[in-house]
Amino acid sequence: MITVLAVHFAVAAVAPFLFRKFGRNSFYALAAVPTASFVWLILQHGAVYSEAPQAGGAAPGVSEVLPWIPELKIEFAFRMDALAWVMSLLVLGVGALVLVYCARYFKDKDDYLGGFGAQLLAFAGAMFGLVTADDLLLMFIFWELTTVLSYLLIGYARTRLSARRSALQALIVTTAGGLTMLVGLIVLGFNAGTYRLSAILEQAPALISGPAAGAVAAAVVLILVGAITKSALVPFHFWLPGAMAAPTPVSAYLHAAAMVKAGIYLVARLAPGFAETPYWLPVVLGLGLATMLVGGYRALRQTDIKLILAYGTVSQLGFLTMVVGLGEPDAALAGLALLLAHGLFKATLFLVVGIIDHQAGTRDIRKLSGVFRSSRALAIVAAIGAASMAGIPPLAGFVAKESVFEAFVHYASEPAAGLWGPVILIGVVLGSILTFAYSARFMWGAFAVKPGVDPTPFKPIKPAFLAAPAILSLLTIAYGLWPVPVDGWIQPYAALFVPAGEDPAAAAGHLALWHGVTPALGLTAITFALGLVMFYGRDAVARLQGLVPGWIDGDRTYQLTIGALDDIAVWITGRTQRGSLYFYLSVILSVAFALPLTALLLANKPLPADLYFIDPNSPLQIVVGAGIVIGALAAVRANKRFLAVLMVSVTGYGIALMFALQGAPDLALTQMLVETIILVAFVLAMRSLPAELRDRTGGRYRVVRVIIGAAFGITMVFAAIYALGARVAAPVSLEFPQLAYEGGGGLNIVNVTLVDIRAWDTFGEIAVLALAATGVASLIFVRGRGDRSPASASVAEGTVGRRKPRGTGRGSTRDDAALAMSRRFAASSRDAWLVAGRTLAPERRSIIFEVVTRLIFHSLIVFSIYLLLAGHNLPGGGFAGGLTAGLALTIRYLAGGRFELREATPVSAGALLGIGLATAAASGVVPLLLGGQVFQTAILEFWLPVFGDIKFVTSTIFDIGVYIVVVGLALDVLRSLGAEIDEHFEEHFEEHPEEPSDNQEPGAIPAETTAKGKA
Amino acid sequence: MSVNLTLLTVMGALYACGIYLILERSLTRVLLGLMMLTNATNLLILTTGGYAGLAPLFSKDTAPGDYNDPLPQALILTSIVISFAVTAFMLGIIYRTWVLAREDEIQDDAEDRRVAKTPSFDVEDDSVIPVETSEFPLTMLGSDGQSVSDTPDGADATVKVADRKLDAEVAASEEQPGSLNITPPNKEGGGQ
Repeated sequence: MITVLAVHFAVAAVAPFLFRKFGRNSFYALAAVPTASFVWLILQHGAVYSEAPQAGGAAPGVSEVLPWIPELKIEFAFRMDALAWVMSLLVLGVGALVLVYCARYFKDKDDYLGGFGAQLLAFAGAMFGLVTADDLLLMFIFWELTTVLSYLLIGYARTRLSARRSALQALIVTTAGGLTMLVGLIVLGFNAGTYRLSAILEQAPALISGPAAGAVAAAVVLILVGAITKSALVPFHFWLPGAMAAPTPVSAYLHAAAMVKAGIYLVARLAPGFAETPYWLPVVLGLGLATMLVGGYRALRQTDIKLILAYGTVSQLGFLTMVVGLGEPDAALAGLALLLAHGLFKATLFLVVGIIDHQAGTRDIRKLSGVFRSSRALAIVAAIGAASMAGIPPLAGFVAKESVFEAFVHYASEPAAGLWGPVILIGVVLGSILTFAYSARFMWGAFAVKPGVDPTPFKPIKPAFLAAPAILSLLTIAYGLWPVPVDGWIQPYAALFVPAGEDPAAAAGHLALWHGVTPALGLTAITFALGLVMFYGRDAVARLQGLVPGWIDGDRTYQLTIGALDDIAVWITGRTQRGSLYFYLSVILSVAFALPLTALLLANKPLPADLYFIDPNSPLQIVVGAGIVIGALAAVRANKRFLAVLMVSVTGYGIALMFALQGAPDLALTQMLVETIILVAFVLAMRSLPAELRDRTGGRYRVVRVIIGAAFGITMVFAAIYALGARVAAPVSLEFPQLAYEGGGGLNIVNVTLVDIRAWDTFGEIAVLALAATGVASLIFVRGRGDRSPASASVAEGTVGRRKPRGTGRGSTRDDAALAMSRRFAASSRDAWLVAGRTLAPERRSIIFEVVTRLIFHSLIVFSIYLLLAGHNLPGGGFAGGLTAGLALTIRYLAGGRFELREATPVSAGALLGIGLATAAASGVVPLLLGGQVFQTAILEFWLPVFGDIKFVTSTIFDIGVYIVVVGLALDVLRSLGAEIDEHFEEHFEEHPEEPSDNQEPGAIPAETTAKGKA
Repeated sequence: MSVNLTLLTVMGALYACGIYLILERSLTRVLLGLMMLTNATNLLILTTGGYAGLAPLFSKDTAPGDYNDPLPQALILTSIVISFAVTAFMLGIIYRTWVLAREDEIQDDAEDRRVAKTPSFDVEDDSVIPVETSEFPLTMLGSDGQSVSDTPDGADATVKVADRKLDAEVAASEEQPGSLNITPPNKEGGGQ
């Protein structure tokens, strides 16, 4: 079975390629798959039916199990028993014929044919999987697969609105049912302790009478909801006529023979175990009968022959559900017999409709006329199907319907059925009369010569096109004349309903063409008589139907429901998604303080005992704290951009001081360095923005903002107080000093924590740094990372950042005079202090700054390396070291411009980030290769000539990686926010020169002057 | 466990100022607010270390409790550097916004407002389609969209779409899913 499935899906996967090469004839190749499977299925007959069926005993069958997700108890469990075998016959047989039919139905130039063929074949596979699956969840997966595939198949004509809409409708309805069913399946599987279908059915008697009887009954109802939606029963019947927007072969297969039978299959599968549950019969019989009558009634109103069949199918599905769900042996036999007969004749009729549509270009019975004269073969094939549908002997439909009548007569005569028995019987007869009437209407509408209608032009039919329906109608005749094999196939299933100790054959009866004169035969005669009356009185019937006001239309209800859902969704979205970040944040933050504050107030706990304002170990904190608060308030009030930035920096430096006072020198050092670099970055990034910070909200919401801010701050304070007061356990970090010294081989506990105890954490963090650095570079450079900027040697002297004089005409302003003066002074005739200092415009240079930079740059770099290496034992480490190096580069950039930065760092920032990450990763992986754990540290002690005894801890390598990543980050920030924005500026000024030519400017010193001076 | 109210008060003030700033429209102020929130959170973590203590540099004679707790310090150190990276990234965003839109302010999302005004009529869902009686149409019947196609041949079928009338065929040929496209098409037909 697994092989059959695999072949179906595998061929479906390659189908599009076949179609590209062979066009529509590829359908024949696809048809070979279900055909071969069908042959295999016939060969399996012996194995499936080998064991003598035992009433109440273990059912015979062939099983295959493949483990899939053992943790969830899901497995590829398949089981082929009588029911699955009969269903598979229908699925594979009709599937093969429909695929053959498709080869002539479609044209080579039809679009998306490959996808369509693949979907149809995959559908056959999924359907086969559905009927053979022995695991509830596996069955559900196939169930949903058929739903999704049917969505795609119905929506084949994707440019037609009707096809799209019906596809979506079918999807929504059946998926809603499917999800309901999933809940039921899980409840059932949970209560049974297994998801194996056969095992659940075996213990069904215990389940429905056991302690969880209520849950099981509810689960069964939920599962029935799935079956009802899938099989288009009232009140969900409307999707099936809608789905007639699908190509007719799809309708023939999905909506007559296969998919809609999935619900019937499920009912048939569960009936042996769960027909006794309290809600089963009311649901199955009530909805089944309603569906049968509604379907038949509406079929009589249709003027589209396809819709006549569609409503006829709805009606028949209700009929089938009733018979199959009755839970009696004779009904079970009759139900499967009817299922097979229905599959044969309904597929035939749909295929015939497809041919008529294909050849005549319409399916409207008011336009079709005289088709019988154009194609007698087609009419005969159709007549066999329609007669079987009406239940005329000696066809399959007659045999099946006779046994159904017998079963219901039997049911009506049972005292246990009470009043329901006769009601159901009358309903079934009424439904059959309707069936007869619409069968006749179908034949008349499709083929008859109608007065006043021109004969429909009808193209001749090729034999290959007619083959599939012809084969099906032959089978209908064969089945009717010789029902013994079918009887043999179904008996083992019917035997499941026979109580232990009784003779299964006697209880179920047999299928036969002639049962003698029985009540059932009488009912058939009544059916024919009244059906004929209805057909000949069709005008009167139509008038009568016209008088009846419209029912509650399921389709309309569906549209209203979906529309209401849309409106509610839009309403809620409109109320909550206002598009204003301010609004979202206000809501989020209000919740963030309101909830904890309420909880704190409700809990009403006393404040913790040990509260203090002045820490005896560092009383200065209160002074620093006051400074920070003042800085923060000033930042809030500042209306100049740089003032605000500066004030935030004040708080930052204050925090650094706070760290120092608290006993955290590493933090103080790092915070100080970060604060400095951020300040520079701010100034660099914001130089093009206006200096004023305007408040566009106009102060309208200021009060709200103050309230939210203050409330949030207060909440945090109290939440922190209570959280800290609630702490009772000793801190885990009390172990850290010892761990750091003995395990990590370092004295600086914080640093060892970072590079050893919590190395994973730090590794994640430097990865984030690399990402952020890349992000900054991408935002500013958009492409690349600025690694290709030219070397400083190629840049003309004094050209970078050269200011254009502002004065117009000949009159020079004070500014210009100052500019000229500064150029004269800055024009150095000496060797530059910096490598690329000469590239800078003279007015931008500062000799003092250059000298200082020259003096401290290398010292800073050396110091940063010292911090890195000493960090293991003294304050410092990779972060502090890297930031110091970054600061050194910053100074170099500020003093010498972007070419200076480039000279100072000949490597790409991206390369630095990569090397750093790789180094850190290597320090984690290498111990693993040497047989240790990831990030394990080794302490190496050795002697070097000059340095003496050296204790080297391998986690330092990790720290070196951190150092390199931080330098890469700083470099990226400088190159992006500094150098690249410089360049934007200069391009901007070149494009928009404020002064067309600066040669008229008397005070200007051209670049050549300084060059000469140097020479 | 001891609670340092000085640190917590400063933290509260920073939170309050930070929140006030991020509720502002100016991106720069939002960024400054975020930085303050970072600092406030760092202080909160620092407070969990208890009393100020010795710098966590190991010496054999010191009891573990005498150091300032090293674990929060390690966490804060990570946080400081990360917030540096995030700040730089935000600066990049601010600069980019300025270059592209000359705008330093957070704009309202126009798409959200558009969604809120979506009319309840959706062409894909609600337009009335004429009944199609063939997949190989040579002719097409106009209809009121009921299952019974009862409009006489050749009659101009119209459907009511929102508050105006449309040709049934035009309504059916509407191909843009979920579009707002309900303006009446030109007289020549053919929709878009």
